Amino acid sequence: MASRRIFSLLSASSTAAALRSSGRFSRWGRGINRFSTAVATEEPITPPVQIDHTQLLINGRFVDGASGKTFPTFDPRTGEVIAHVAEGEAEDINRAVSAARKAFDEGPWPRMTAHERSCVLLRFADLLERHCSEVAAIETWDSGKTYEQAANVEIPMVIRLFRYYAGWADKIHGLTIPVDGLYHVQTLHEPIGVAGQIIPWNFPLLMYGWKVGPALACGNTIVLKTAEQTPLSALYVSKLFYEAGLPPGVLNVVSGFGPTAGAALAGHMDVDKLAFTGSTGTGKIVLGLAAKSNLKPVTLELGGKSPFIVCEDADVDKAVELSHFALFFNQGQCCCAGSRTFVHESIYDEFLEKAKARALNRVVGDPFKKGVEQGPQIDSVQFNKILGYIKSGIEGGATLEAGGEKFGSKGYYIQPTVFSNVHDNMVIAKEEIFGPVQSILKFKDLDEVIQRANATHYGLAAGVFTQNLDTANTLTRALKVGTVWINCFNVFDAAIPFGGKKMSGHGREKGIYSLSNYLQVKAVVTPLKNPAWL
Amino acid sequence: MAAAPRISSLLSRSFFSSSLLSIGRNSPRRGGIFRYSTGGAACEEPINPPVNVNYTRLLINGHFVDAASGRTFETLDPRTGNVITSVAEGDAEDIDRAVSAARKAFDEGPWPRMSPYERSKILLRFADLIEKHNDEIAALESWDNGKPYEQAAKQEVPMVTRLMRYYGGWADKIHGLTVPADGLHQVQTLHEPIGVVGQIIPWNFPLLMFAWKAGPALACGNTIVLKTAEQTPLSALFVSNLLHEAGLPPGVLNVVSGFGPAAGATLASHMDVDKLAFTGSTETGKTVLQLAARSNLKPATLELGGKSPFIVCEDADVDKAVELAHFALFFNQGQCCSSGSRTFVHESIYDEFVKKAKARALKRTVGDPFKAGIEQGPQIDSDQFEKILGYIRAGVENGATLEAGGERFGDKGFFIKPTVFSNVEDDMVIAQEEIFGPVQSILKFKDIDEVIRRANATNYGLAAGVFTQNIDTANTLTRALRVGTVWVNCFDVFDAGIPFGGYKMSGHGREKGIYCLRNYLQVKAVVTPLKNPAWL
Repeated sequence: MASRRIFSLLSASSTAAALRSSGRFSRWGRGINRFSTAVATEEPITPPVQIDHTQLLINGRFVDGASGKTFPTFDPRTGEVIAHVAEGEAEDINRAVSAARKAFDEGPWPRMTAHERSCVLLRFADLLERHCSEVAAIETWDSGKTYEQAANVEIPMVIRLFRYYAGWADKIHGLTIPVDGLYHVQTLHEPIGVAGQIIPWNFPLLMYGWKVGPALACGNTIVLKTAEQTPLSALYVSKLFYEAGLPPGVLNVVSGFGPTAGAALAGHMDVDKLAFTGSTGTGKIVLGLAAKSNLKPVTLELGGKSPFIVCEDADVDKAVELSHFALFFNQGQCCCAGSRTFVHESIYDEFLEKAKARALNRVVGDPFKKGVEQGPQIDSVQFNKILGYIKSGIEGGATLEAGGEKFGSKGYYIQPTVFSNVHDNMVIAKEEIFGPVQSILKFKDLDEVIQRANATHYGLAAGVFTQNLDTANTLTRALKVGTVWINCFNVFDAAIPFGGKKMSGHGREKGIYSLSNYLQVKAVVTPLKNPAWL
Repeated sequence: MAAAPRISSLLSRSFFSSSLLSIGRNSPRRGGIFRYSTGGAACEEPINPPVNVNYTRLLINGHFVDAASGRTFETLDPRTGNVITSVAEGDAEDIDRAVSAARKAFDEGPWPRMSPYERSKILLRFADLIEKHNDEIAALESWDNGKPYEQAAKQEVPMVTRLMRYYGGWADKIHGLTVPADGLHQVQTLHEPIGVVGQIIPWNFPLLMFAWKAGPALACGNTIVLKTAEQTPLSALFVSNLLHEAGLPPGVLNVVSGFGPAAGATLASHMDVDKLAFTGSTETGKTVLQLAARSNLKPATLELGGKSPFIVCEDADVDKAVELAHFALFFNQGQCCSSGSRTFVHESIYDEFVKKAKARALKRTVGDPFKAGIEQGPQIDSDQFEKILGYIRAGVENGATLEAGGERFGDKGFFIKPTVFSNVEDDMVIAQEEIFGPVQSILKFKDIDEVIRRANATNYGLAAGVFTQNIDTANTLTRALRVGTVWVNCFDVFDAGIPFGGYKMSGHGREKGIYCLRNYLQVKAVVTPLKNPAWL
């Protein structure tokens, strides 16, 4: 069940692969528990993987933090420590930036042929494919997402993404430019230099892929800071990158915290470019640090409060299922989660009944168990924040249709929660909850829903459910968002650009558009003597 | 040498010929040409500019209106420091009014909803009107800014016309993509207008910067609130009136005259502005970006300062290099963000180069910018004037050799003698900071690796000049220099199709050309499932 519902994340080929491999994990398969049963009291399944890499990766070598400090990373299923990880701080960021600077200014990476860079990325994709199960197990252990989602969907997407950008490496064309007079003009699209990248904990490796893939394809070097909640998978796969032939210093990975390592990276004078994915609040700080230091250009992928609009003529069953997926996928921890489900009044009651039933049917439990759809939230901070939003929903007068409390007695599980009769001015309709809490709102007509859907500072994505072509086209243009999914949601093909309008971010990742984040345009002009044509 | 041929490289061939043809046009104002050594020029009475100042109020929602506060400020003639006129002073409340008008024009007005062809035609009609009023506009520009009238009339205003036609042509050619995905999905991208655009422009090329900002923003279907520099508010008001004559709907372009800390800061931090574009100093750029970040995270394009190297290699044509290096620095009174302000000359030709560069500077004609044949007018204002003289003192005190100039010219207004320093070292203030005046610094180098390292050893990265006949040297330098534009055997070629912008602390993004469009567009991905596709 679970794998079918997350299909739309991928395209046909990966879907087929996911289906073929669905039997692979049967040894972890146990009974499937609905959220009302108390599975969390069972002993957690032991993840089938060893943690080998917990140090910082600087200049091609695993090293301790300069301070010698470490921090624990926790299993969200239990709150217990998985491993202690070297804690990078400003000094480590400095070391990593020096290594990346040297690798860019003097090293072979930007000076090898684009084809050679392409081959390194392709070899990395092959290695990742070979180690898919281990990588997925690490990802699940550290983040709490379901193993099936990691192994059948996310890691294959990362592999796909690296093959996609490997294909771009030798296709980065500048332009020749027609001008009015006797000049020969061309543009070079050059690597920008040392890229600083800060990634979040909700899709640790996928965000790694979105950041690292295009930056390397364009010939840059990287200092990447992972989220302190999920440092493990990036260290594992970065080692594979060096096995694939990446020269030392080209990709440096620093585990650590935002105020120390992250701020040092964002404010560093020797970093030429910054890319950040995380909350809008932190994005503003990061951009301020970049502006105050060396004015490095910044790409931001931030928060969202994305509308999911179900029109009168929509296929209700399909809309219910997709709206459920749009919100609950990855424990609701998606920047683009469809967190305002707008349903036309004529089908509202039917929709609500079915959405509630679907949520009550959602399988919550140990993410390593086959068939489980929802694991724990990432940590106690998020867990408590989400429960706070649920309380606020109740106090604000929304109707609690399902869930509303923690699930089990251990770890950070929350029951799939559905609110109906949600109004635009309620906190749960305005702020990003980042958890398994669906808010269902009612609307009357198209103009009204356009105005309400746009009445937010966010502008990341939207879902539109209708069979009417005119309605689809009107909504598509009117919604102030970076992605419109019509009769689908969360389709994250490597080629589709993703990013936000308004306070949801700057720039686009994935696809051809992401390349411009990692390139500088240089115009080159020479006089032209005796031209055969102009 | 007359001024016009020397600034021809600013433009492409067609403008170059037209400027030659029209050189006699202003003969009524032609007086004697004064080299700067003939100290008397500035004592003459300034020539009366052949234009009336008709527009001094704010342009909001298609009407000229007073500032909400009723306040005005004076804009000065840099030739004399005398007042040209008083101009309505916009502050926060006026920016709010202008943003409301632009918001309404975008959210409800006809501009983003008319066909791109209609938008294109309005821009083309605007270009025709600028062309028709070319000389008045140029006179206004010279008067307010101090740049030579010939430069304004024959180069800059025609470039504005050209740029509006260029972006008029883009308006109906903004294509999104259809995107191949791995599976059963139909994927397209829409390149949408971004909304209300805030634009803040500088005083050194008031109208050209107006065009670089307004042209692409309008072509992409946005609405605009534009803040001009307080030193040069006049020309933008004049041409914006023409743009409305050309059929621009009310509220699409709003022009607010005013100061940075009041009007500029309000615009940069406005919660209802969707995009910001700023041209000015690096320091102000950092402030502007932080205001954007702290408010609603509007994306910002920045064109900031520079300390651009002009590299003359051993095998260069010395006479040509001297002339272009002179032009690269002294053009527009040295008030160019891209000015070639570090002239690196190979040691084997250094002495010859310095001698000729000095002679060329001594020959530069300084005087009333309305006089024909004048190459250099006054600096923009007393602040800049004092700052430049301070840099000249720093050069002398730090031990650079003053070869020419070094002081003010005349006894009125803000004229400075063309100044040349030789034996400039990298660690001197004049080799590190942006002077933004007629002060050339000539440095010596030995080999290519060294000059690459030294040329790149700055926080700026706007442009570079490279003089060599060797194609390998040219290619090596072109890739190694961390700058947004490399002019090889030429300088300051500013064709509408050529992107311009900085690496490092010289800015974010590119203006002009196809690259500028993306500053004013948002990309929206649209995905639908695909049933029974005939192909994938």
